[in-house]
Amino acid sequence: MSDSIDIINALALMTNFVILPALSYGSQLALGALAVTLVYSILRFSNFAQGDSMAFGTMLVILISGYMISKGWTITGFPTAILAIPLALIGMSIYLLTMDRLVYRHYRKIKAKQNIVGITASIGVMFVTGGIVRFILGASAQRFGDGERFIFSVREFKAFTGLEQGIAFKTSQFLTITLAILLVAFLFYFLQKTKTGKAMRAYSDNTELALLSGIDPDKVVQITWLLVALFTTIAGTLYGLDKGFAPQQYHLLLLPIFASVIVGGIGSPIGAIAGAFLVAFSEILLTYAYKKFLIYLLPLSMHPSSLVQLIGTEYKYAISFVILVIVLLIRPTGIFKGKVIDGE
Amino acid sequence: MVNNMNTLFQANKAIIYFIIMALVLIFVGLNQSWALALGIINMSLISAIMALGVNIQWGYAGLMNVGIMGFAALGGVSVVLIAQQPVTEAVDAGGLKMFIALVMGAVTIVTGVLLNRRGVNKWLITSIVVIGYLFTRFYFSEASDLIEKVDPAITGYLGGFGLPVTFSWIIGGFAAALAAWWIGKITLGLRTDYLAIATLGISEIILYVLKNEDWFVRGLKNVYGIPRPVPYEVDMQKSEWFQSLITWIHKSEFELLSQSERIEKLSEYVREAAVVFVKLCYSGLIIAVLVAFVVLSSLALNSPWGRKVRAIRDNEVAASAMGKDIKRQHLQIFILGSAIVGVAGALLVTYDGIFVPAAYQPLRFTFLIWVMVILGGSGNNMGSILGAFIIWFIWIQSGPMGLWFVEMLGNNMQEGSASLEFIEDRVHYLRLVFMGSILLLIMRFSPGGLLPEKNKEL
Repeated sequence: MSDSIDIINALALMTNFVILPALSYGSQLALGALAVTLVYSILRFSNFAQGDSMAFGTMLVILISGYMISKGWTITGFPTAILAIPLALIGMSIYLLTMDRLVYRHYRKIKAKQNIVGITASIGVMFVTGGIVRFILGASAQRFGDGERFIFSVREFKAFTGLEQGIAFKTSQFLTITLAILLVAFLFYFLQKTKTGKAMRAYSDNTELALLSGIDPDKVVQITWLLVALFTTIAGTLYGLDKGFAPQQYHLLLLPIFASVIVGGIGSPIGAIAGAFLVAFSEILLTYAYKKFLIYLLPLSMHPSSLVQLIGTEYKYAISFVILVIVLLIRPTGIFKGKVIDGE
Repeated sequence: MVNNMNTLFQANKAIIYFIIMALVLIFVGLNQSWALALGIINMSLISAIMALGVNIQWGYAGLMNVGIMGFAALGGVSVVLIAQQPVTEAVDAGGLKMFIALVMGAVTIVTGVLLNRRGVNKWLITSIVVIGYLFTRFYFSEASDLIEKVDPAITGYLGGFGLPVTFSWIIGGFAAALAAWWIGKITLGLRTDYLAIATLGISEIILYVLKNEDWFVRGLKNVYGIPRPVPYEVDMQKSEWFQSLITWIHKSEFELLSQSERIEKLSEYVREAAVVFVKLCYSGLIIAVLVAFVVLSSLALNSPWGRKVRAIRDNEVAASAMGKDIKRQHLQIFILGSAIVGVAGALLVTYDGIFVPAAYQPLRFTFLIWVMVILGGSGNNMGSILGAFIIWFIWIQSGPMGLWFVEMLGNNMQEGSASLEFIEDRVHYLRLVFMGSILLLIMRFSPGGLLPEKNKEL
């Protein structure tokens, strides 16, 4: 390791260990947070089952891709899990629509206080879903990614640029960022330009008025669940490809996802995305050990001896929580002015 | 006639349900063992106290606490910190440094808050807080290393104050109340789901701290041998009055036996009776706490204070127009309910005699309690207690029942087949599905629960 100041290698190091992981983690959170936002805007409750629903979607992907691999229906180098998404999506849609039919619809019909009842019901759904996932796949962690692991690896990058510090670009990171951009673009196009999307926004803004103008509420709710299925399945699969699948881990994702939604302003899609990246970057920046980074940047005499880590990795979920608390204290509406008080 | 029966049933519903529950437990006692039945009763009683706390929050005020686990864990920690003997070596090694670190941390936070109130430049405050944090962290990691190095297999933590264990129940309540005050102060007055999300978050974080900070309460290494408020089984077996009591109970049976047989039988009976006796002592203590809470809360509920609370719950806008301070009221109730949960958490650790952070699972501590409150009938204290007994009984028995079910399946399947092993391995996860379904079914078809609240409308 050189003893002079080395900005380029320091930047490469940051890109490899902070920027790329945070971008992909942020994208996964953003997709989850958008699903929560959709449920919130149309069905008017905070969906506590989101984390476990993501686990359910991922479970379907794991099962289907496992079958596809056993049959040899794969594309060399490409993760089979991604190919399995369309089929899993059908299963997930059926699951969510069934849950809506069995659980949530009743409370819409009797016009219950949807937020409180919805939260309680979604906690019930959360445990049912979590139980099914653990029964089928077990509670232990597993990996299901196959195909090429890297778009380019550390070694290839070093050989190409001649830098001492390499950057690896994982396939899962590439897929995450690409799919997230596509999905978000699709969602905004759908909400802004299509008739159904406009109906959904109208329904979200003023339900009574939307009903008067002939919007079919059942259809709006169904479309919402279909969109939620899309975002949930893909977010879960991408997270699993990146970090492995473990039901408890997915369950705990609820915390950063809610933090993202509230930081961004509850009910605001753009807010959810911004919040997700804020949470992801804070989590990774605060738990990263800066020792090597500082060694690149500081002269030899000032090299740190400790890890220079601000917060231990075991407390990464505490960071989402602290962000949440700070936002509630300083700006309860979130960055993009969401709804602060229950509007009935 | 049928109509008559029905009104009779409606009037005495609570009594009938409790009698059925008692009969079921007596059945368990006669058929399986009294120690098991008493074990179920004690755990049900502790859960009932927790359910009471949650009922005060949810039933009286509509506040959603999704972090019951965290408040119970705070109660549990208090038992360790109050009742365990201090580890002098560890205190000598790193106690002072840890104290300095914690004081520095506190000073940093207080300075930050005070400067923020004065409206000092935000960047200045941030940099002060960051510098304070770095210093705190430096001292803190050094101190925790020193403490954890002291005989890590047995201690490796600071220990407690060595005070009577019953005192820790009160402290457990205060610890939970403090956490509730902090959370409530931030989230109450905003949207209802903010409270739910914040409690979910704080409970997970409390558990992370307890699992990772070994210097504090030994983390995943667990704390064993917590002092008891009741005698030990071994001492009971040796004590003479207990032996003569058992001899007196079994007098008629002993008369028929020879001397050597009699001694053998006696020691067997004494061993069994000692377990039951100790459990009964615990039951007595827990019942005393439960009764105290029930009496106090029903007195409170029927006082002007209680009417105000229910008025706010049923119509916030009207109550607010009448000049009631809703946020303050909610904060009070949230703190009270959480304190009760904290006391129950302390009772639980005292009863178990060990403190195991990994045992705190959201399903067991948060969700199960919720199902108890909703099944029993939210807003009704008796309902919460009944719910606690029913759900805990189902929870305990659903394990063996699941295995029994698997065996039934096994009779129709080939011995040792892969799918049978698979099901045996995973069948306990179905309890999550089962409990979730119970909650959803009650909410859907009987929102009032088994014992709906009386005078719901004021």
